[in-house]
Amino acid sequence: MTLDEMKPGARCVMVDLHTDGPLGQRLMDLGFCPGASIEVVRNAPLVDPVVLQLDGYHVSIRHDEAKYVEVKHQ
Amino acid sequence: MSSSLLVALAGQPNCGKSTVFNMLTGARQHVANYPGVTVEKKTGFFSLGDLRVELVDLPGTYSLTSYSLEERVARDFLLNDNPGVVIDVADASNLKRNLYLTIQLLEMEVPTVVALNMMDVATRRGQSLDVARLEELLGVPVVPTVAKKGEGKEAIRMAVENAHADKRVAPFVVDYGPLEPRIEDISILLGKEPTLGAQYPLRWLAVKLLEKDQEAEALLRRAHSEPQAVMDAVTKARAGFLESEGRDIERQVAYARHTAAGRIAREVVAVEEGRGRSLSDRADRFICHRVLGPVILILILLALYQVSIVFGGWLAVEVWPLWGGIENLVSDLLPEAGFIEDPLVRSLGEWVVKSMTAILNYLPIFILLFAFIAALEDSGYMPRMAFILDRLFRRFGLHGQSTLPMILGGVYVGGCAIPGVMATKAIPDERARLATILIVPMMNCLAKVPLYLILIDAYFPQAGGLAMFFIATVTLFMALPVAKALSMTVLRKKEHAPFIMEMPPYHVPTMGGVMRRSIERTWLFLKKIITVVAAVAVVVFVLINFPGLSETRAAHFAAEEKAAIDAFMAEVDKTEYKGVITRDDVLGIILFDEALKQAKVGVTDQAVSDTINARFDAANPVYSAVVRRQGDDGRTLNRELRKVISTRKQLRREIRTERFEGSFLGVLGRAIEPVTQYAGFNWRINIALLSAFAAKENSAATLGSIYGIDGSGLSVEESMKQAEAGFTPLHALALMLFMALYPPCIPTSIMVRHQANSTKWMLFSIGYQSLLGLFVAVLVFSGGSMLSLSGFQAMWAFYALCVAVTVIMALIPTREEARTTVVDGKEICKNKCS
Repeated sequence: MTLDEMKPGARCVMVDLHTDGPLGQRLMDLGFCPGASIEVVRNAPLVDPVVLQLDGYHVSIRHDEAKYVEVKHQ
Repeated sequence: MSSSLLVALAGQPNCGKSTVFNMLTGARQHVANYPGVTVEKKTGFFSLGDLRVELVDLPGTYSLTSYSLEERVARDFLLNDNPGVVIDVADASNLKRNLYLTIQLLEMEVPTVVALNMMDVATRRGQSLDVARLEELLGVPVVPTVAKKGEGKEAIRMAVENAHADKRVAPFVVDYGPLEPRIEDISILLGKEPTLGAQYPLRWLAVKLLEKDQEAEALLRRAHSEPQAVMDAVTKARAGFLESEGRDIERQVAYARHTAAGRIAREVVAVEEGRGRSLSDRADRFICHRVLGPVILILILLALYQVSIVFGGWLAVEVWPLWGGIENLVSDLLPEAGFIEDPLVRSLGEWVVKSMTAILNYLPIFILLFAFIAALEDSGYMPRMAFILDRLFRRFGLHGQSTLPMILGGVYVGGCAIPGVMATKAIPDERARLATILIVPMMNCLAKVPLYLILIDAYFPQAGGLAMFFIATVTLFMALPVAKALSMTVLRKKEHAPFIMEMPPYHVPTMGGVMRRSIERTWLFLKKIITVVAAVAVVVFVLINFPGLSETRAAHFAAEEKAAIDAFMAEVDKTEYKGVITRDDVLGIILFDEALKQAKVGVTDQAVSDTINARFDAANPVYSAVVRRQGDDGRTLNRELRKVISTRKQLRREIRTERFEGSFLGVLGRAIEPVTQYAGFNWRINIALLSAFAAKENSAATLGSIYGIDGSGLSVEESMKQAEAGFTPLHALALMLFMALYPPCIPTSIMVRHQANSTKWMLFSIGYQSLLGLFVAVLVFSGGSMLSLSGFQAMWAFYALCVAVTVIMALIPTREEARTTVVDGKEICKNKCS
């Protein structure tokens, strides 16, 4: 499944990244790597974007971008 | 012997890099832009014994690839400027991710010192770090610091000195796993060029080439005699790797670096078990809450408005005497005024100084505004603001980070487009950034307010509050659809960046840091603006003063002058001053009178007043007698003098108006009347609007001078109503809307050019806003007239229209949305299967 399907509060482990170019590079730079554990913290007041916790810090991405991150439940 | 050393300061965003920079350099710093780009370049100096160190603060980057401008700037600096030492600031509380950049720096084999910053935060979070072990693993000195308290300053200085003296760099090797043989091959190929290895680490260059880094390719073409052969080998290696491993090299490289960073972090950081949620996370529960979040956001914006605009506005009034003093000082230094016409040097000088003080008047507002923003930035609230509003703004082709520029521009009333456009720098999405730059001037800057007030007072006196609310909020409903329209048309092809933003933990901003940044930015702003304003003021002066009066008119005014003086002299001859006061003295007496008034401004104490009188008596007893009504003759002549002064004022006003009307700008104002009449503007209004291009304040001032406010005792509103008998509230509404959509003033245009990095966008910004403004004004005026709406009805009909358009525009999907919803699974497959 992909990261955008995760509900706030869910914990998951990253499996793979399905995009390259700037988006892929940016995600990788921020620590989106296979095996990284990701927690979905909360959605924005208007649902999008979403805050994730990853490697001990918080990062916010849009659901459109979370689609490219393949994860599995922890 | 004294020598110099160039040191670069690198680090990821939010690692406290600026604090380290300030700690090391103190007040000796300089902010500019990197040549040709809008990225800020901060340089500071400190000394290490005899060594003079120039410290350059690189833009904060997560990595050193070449996808963003900041990364390219940072990497190019490291490559081309050859810093002797690099200080890498790493956030100790977030070591793993920060090491990702550290590793990339170490691979470049520049002498590096790691400043392990925010040790206190790490401790607070229950992490303990083994610094000695980290030093060992990285092979470079690691200095723990708490920069905001100044801890670790000496240790870093010493480490830099040692690194500079030592120069030996132990290469840090990342294990790239299955990629290693290919790196080896390319390195060998590169090594065939004998000089290359001395300039750049071959392994690093090989990895970069395999990563398909464009700067590395350019570097190869410059420094290698057979670049094509290497490039062919690289291309082959990339294809081979993809085939054998099923993933591309960029990903392999990034994953390997992460693995290395993770391994080091695990070995060095010990985390106390059982720690609960951090304080920031708990705060975010309220600050990013569905209901509370937006409420808090609005409260913060209200506070910003109160502090900067309301309090700052009050402060600006308090400070004004200072600028007024400068104006007076300059006018004292310039050649004396003439009877009806001043010497050119004087009028030009006064004009330029007045143009500058008009901008300086906003200085208190800017300082407070920038301080408030700096505090918000330091606190970590900015990303939350973008987070809360991104969904809304994205619908209009903007970005969550467009919020700040729009607020600075004056979302309600009372901003300034210049800092607004400046603040677009932070928006990572090129398309949204340009869209923001193009709509910020449509916000209600402070300088538009005087014109609004005049028109509202004159034509909507009963509904002033509502009319003000209308003009203050309708701009947003005009700007949002325009932003969407722009991003769907002219900006369609611009680079679109993903929204990926770190949400750093909250910090309490330090007073010193906030003040420093505020003053720094204000200074930068002043330097840019004052020079431009001064230059532009000269051009505008020419446009509104030349070609000047015709000879017949000049002769007419000269005759009037002579008549006034003759009348005065006739009276003089009846008094004891016959022969004492000559024709040449008349102007002198008038200026003497003005000087006395000037000297007594604000004087309430009788004793002080007496001293001033005595001083003037001593300076010229004869003039003083007339001006201060001493004796019967003095009183008589003073009465006559008043008449001359009044005639002089009248003549000067007439001349100014006539010269203005006949000027290049006036001619233009008349020339466009056939078009603007549909918007309800006559040539007088056209001139006022044209003159506003230099600075918006001019619109009100020009109306004032056209309707001749000085002397008559009437306000601009009253004289305007008198002079424009046929004017209705509908005219006023069209004029207000035109002003709202008015093209950016010249200083803002310069800022647009600067931030968009192209003259084309500046011209576009001026052009489309003029046309849009004219279109809206014609729509409201001609449409309103046709439907025979009153000004008030037209106002709310237009409001409803704007809101409707905004909603419709919001519903049109953006290109990205359309793409991702349609392609979805397919695109994933495309990447995966390629």
